[in-house]
Amino acid sequence: MSTTRTSEAGTALLALSGIGKRFGAIRVLEGVSLALRAGEVHALMGQNGAGKSTLIKVLTGVHPADEGEIRLGGVPIHPRSPGEAQGLGIATVYQEVNLCPNLSVAENIFAGRYPRRGWRIDWARVNREAAALLERLQLRIDVTRLLASYPVAVQQMVAIARALGMRSRVLILDEPTSSLDKDEVAQLFAVLRQLRGEGLAILFVSHFLDEVYAISDRITVLRNGQRVGEYTPAELPPQALVAAMIGRELSAERLHRNAAPATPREPLLAAQGIARRGSLEPVDLAIGAGEVLGLAGLLGSGRTELARLLFGMDRADAGELRVRGRAVRLEQPAQAIALGLAMCPEERKSEGIVADLSVRENIALALQARMGVWKHLSRRRQLEIADGYIRALGIKTADAETPIAQLSGGNQQKALLARWLATEPSLLILDEPTRGIDVGAKQEIMDEILRLARGGLAVLFISSEIDEVARLSDRIAVMRARRKVAELPGGADERTIGGLIASEAA
Amino acid sequence: MSAVGRGSPPMKTPFTAAAPLRPRLPRLDAKLLPLAVTIALFLAMFGYGSVAYTGFFSAQVLLNLLIDNAFLLIVAVGMSFVILSGGIDLSVGSVIALTTMVSAALVEHRQWSPWATMPLVLGIGTAFGALQGWLIQRFRLQPFIVTLAGMFLARGLCYLISIDSIHIADETYSAISQWRLPLGEEASISAGALIALALLAVALYVAHATSFGRAVYAIGGHEASALLMGLPVARTTVLVYTLSGFCSALAGVVFTFYMLSGYGLHAVGLELDAIAAVVIGGTLLSGGVGYLAGTLFGVLILGTIQTLISFDGTLSSWWTRIAIGALLLVFCVLQRLFEAKGRR
Amino acid sequence: MMRRLLAHRMFWPLLTLVLLLALNAAFNPGFLQLRWRDGHLYGNLIDILNRAAPLVLVSLGMTMVIATRGIDISVGAVVAISAAIAALMVGGQLVIHDGVQTVTSRFPMPLALAAALGVALLCGLWNGLLVAGLGLQPIIATLILMVAGRGIAQLITGGQIITVYYPPYFFLGNGHLLGLPFSVFVAAAVALALHLALTRTALGLFVQAIGINPAAARMAGVPQKLITVGVYAFCGLCAGVAGLLVSSNVKSADGNNAGQLMELDAILAVTLGGTLLNGGRFSLAGSVLGALIIQTLTSTIYSIGVPPEVNLVVKAGVVFAVMLLQSAEFRQALRGWVSRPAPGAVR
Repeated sequence: MSTTRTSEAGTALLALSGIGKRFGAIRVLEGVSLALRAGEVHALMGQNGAGKSTLIKVLTGVHPADEGEIRLGGVPIHPRSPGEAQGLGIATVYQEVNLCPNLSVAENIFAGRYPRRGWRIDWARVNREAAALLERLQLRIDVTRLLASYPVAVQQMVAIARALGMRSRVLILDEPTSSLDKDEVAQLFAVLRQLRGEGLAILFVSHFLDEVYAISDRITVLRNGQRVGEYTPAELPPQALVAAMIGRELSAERLHRNAAPATPREPLLAAQGIARRGSLEPVDLAIGAGEVLGLAGLLGSGRTELARLLFGMDRADAGELRVRGRAVRLEQPAQAIALGLAMCPEERKSEGIVADLSVRENIALALQARMGVWKHLSRRRQLEIADGYIRALGIKTADAETPIAQLSGGNQQKALLARWLATEPSLLILDEPTRGIDVGAKQEIMDEILRLARGGLAVLFISSEIDEVARLSDRIAVMRARRKVAELPGGADERTIGGLIASEAA
Repeated sequence: MSAVGRGSPPMKTPFTAAAPLRPRLPRLDAKLLPLAVTIALFLAMFGYGSVAYTGFFSAQVLLNLLIDNAFLLIVAVGMSFVILSGGIDLSVGSVIALTTMVSAALVEHRQWSPWATMPLVLGIGTAFGALQGWLIQRFRLQPFIVTLAGMFLARGLCYLISIDSIHIADETYSAISQWRLPLGEEASISAGALIALALLAVALYVAHATSFGRAVYAIGGHEASALLMGLPVARTTVLVYTLSGFCSALAGVVFTFYMLSGYGLHAVGLELDAIAAVVIGGTLLSGGVGYLAGTLFGVLILGTIQTLISFDGTLSSWWTRIAIGALLLVFCVLQRLFEAKGRR
Repeated sequence: MMRRLLAHRMFWPLLTLVLLLALNAAFNPGFLQLRWRDGHLYGNLIDILNRAAPLVLVSLGMTMVIATRGIDISVGAVVAISAAIAALMVGGQLVIHDGVQTVTSRFPMPLALAAALGVALLCGLWNGLLVAGLGLQPIIATLILMVAGRGIAQLITGGQIITVYYPPYFFLGNGHLLGLPFSVFVAAAVALALHLALTRTALGLFVQAIGINPAAARMAGVPQKLITVGVYAFCGLCAGVAGLLVSSNVKSADGNNAGQLMELDAILAVTLGGTLLNGGRFSLAGSVLGALIIQTLTSTIYSIGVPPEVNLVVKAGVVFAVMLLQSAEFRQALRGWVSRPAPGAVR
């Protein structure tokens, strides 16, 4: 179901038409249109890689568009820098609240446009007017204190106040609620409704479906750099929204064909109440040898955060972790690896591949690290291992000495998988292993995962692809809004999973 | 369908946060704490000297701190701006030497008027700084390597002019060198120290009351944010190094009054002293936090260490280097702990 | 084939060295001559090798530190400290024993050497702990020792230049083995040991991984902190050995001037040799070549009659050129300046 509505461009305050952008040979945006009206909250949704952040950057002058036109109030504009975009009246509040934490609240609001008295900055006016702007947002704080001394929710308000102070007509909010708790979100939404009433055009980017339904007047969905459609919440129930983002209908058919393993014995890994302030609410999870536990949920639901805690990449603030029944406290990945854990990260480029090293070196890295500095894997042995996996996983490379950066994304992913398989782990965590990989390779990887699981490997399989999760997992845990909301037995159908991902009701 | 989702109905009453929900830093003191520590340290050291040695506690001893370290203060002011913006400038000592050499060569060998020479050398230093700043900003080069090369270049240029030192016998320079402004009955202050104090006053104004100064703080705090906020990051970066170049040249002029010679080996290692003064003065090396007043006290502390050692008479002067190194270590560690605590 | 030759990392440094030597030979006909005298080889080239040995050592240590995305500007001070300790402990007094005049050392020479190297190693460990343990920025951590280290060296020498009179000590910097200067063997031995350590253990792989992608290295379980402390310790040790060679060569230790500006030369040698300042892939051979280039540069400037002061300016020029070429923005701008777009073409 994808209805393409022609938006009433005439009444739109900010109209994008046919926006295209490419980075090198990769087309990131293609023919994207968007109509943002004054006095509305318009949600922009899509999966990771759909092009949302690029579109925002185009609007805010960070990356000018290659094709297409932007019109503000009917007048074509070409913002080429953040300063220009701000001058035109387009203000953005970023997910990381891009303000300066070492400056005061008042200063952040007026940075770059201080009121003056003669040559000097009129600090009295700065403080006074900053307080007035925040008052408009129902916020009364000491504006002379450093921004860093306030929580993220307040910092966001300061960013919004800055936008108001610049008489912005368009306010873009990029993932504003990622670091907020329930009450803070409510306060933010109250402010947004107020601003909407004052005639501001608000573009709201978020992963959290229930929030989108709570606050937005209209929703635009992007997928693979293209616009899927524009809808009102009324005409698009959550499941349909998820389907639009993913690209197809969710089937009711049961996909899991493989026999479930025998009744689980003592779990290999058991987490109880594991949590981290700001990224994960307490979660219980258990995985046994030989089983594939699927972790489903949209981005921002806490899946990767959970995986990082289980692997020792981040330190948990609460909860207990047991490996083979013994309590452990993980502070470094090396400890997890020593216990037989392995993790293939989501961010291949920044946390996975070591770009300038060869395929052989990349594959051998984790195994060598576990063996220590002095026990050396001879080059010959490294080559043996690497060649073995190149064959087994079908990694397309000229030879094992090719720098890994030259391989395609899919083959890099396979090489990363090989790195971890080489350590012969007991538990393998895979975070989005099939992202950015062609269909054929996807199937190969999934088959390999299943084969390994049947051989006794415990697998935690994280994916946004509901069909993959349904097909592969013996059990499925569903995450939403940074907590685990349900656990389903193997063989659950996509609709059920999708329903849990999308909304409160099961 | 309007699922309310998480959260209670929207609030209609103003949200007052008299005390922040999750305070990260203790009360207002946090901002001024490092400065307070530095001032306290200076008072403690000066106090110790006054008690331990006769003749220490006098206005002239205090003023001598300024007189003997005027050039260091000037350079440290420029260095403060650079470090506040998140960068570093290793070329300052060499630019001082170059300034003395060019001044000496022009005045002694080519009979230039001092009043024509001084603006010229100021211009040279400023241009030097601007060039470094441009390279750093335009090609995204690391400041430390650019200014390192600049350090090579400036000293090399010195030696090109002359290997040996050139003594300055010119009357104007001598007169300025000896001139003292009497303060009260027994104390007096030199021209160099007055210039330094004047520069400090201007710097305090710039740092606090101009958009350039505030942009420096913003960039040092979070450059990516400053860019997204529309601040003139590129222009400010170049200006910061230009300012440092100017300060180095001005310090060079004051140094010329002090030493009355031009020499390629002048001010060797002075950049390290300047950095030490800035750090001890409470400015974070990562940038964005610090007060220029702190730099004044950092310089005074360095001067006091020197004075204490010379008053003692038994300790060799290179204990100064060790003491500075130790102080630098302590302050760096404190800064690091401060940062780590703030992040939690 | 030609392109592969040009693209080889050793090509440009090697070419530079050859050109410098050729330039020297052009101005000074006897430059490339080698003669056998007093039981060893003798000539300008041998001089260059001998004088370059300390720099080669320091550059090897610096290469490791830079490869892990760090820097060590305290090496000059460590050279001075090591030289001071050794000179002080060796000293040399004239003693008449049974009517025969001999010179004895204050302490047994092996002990003096061990003490000097031990302290140098401690200095390196100190730096490593500040960087890996406390998380200080490398330039600041090593700045502290750079400042304090000179003072410590002066303290040890008592502000004097300590002269060494004990002949066996001179062998380090002046002696010959198999016709070549002993210092060359010392440098070669350290280089060989380092090479073996890097290729026969996992060190080489780990150092590069840490330098290229610290996050991925951590995730793969590479013992980052241990390696970081290790490379700074090694750098300190190299500086220690260099200090021994320097003080032996000039038969004295000067707390103020020994190792002056050596850190800058070392950084220059490493970057000339092709190692990027951002860390990652490194080249030991490149750094050795770089050190040789710098030493040859000094000799060249001297032999073609240009005042040695020009040395600094030339070095500055080389540093500027190298860092600009390593900057992606510069190469992009260069392409823009060099190639003009076709008229009418849209940028």
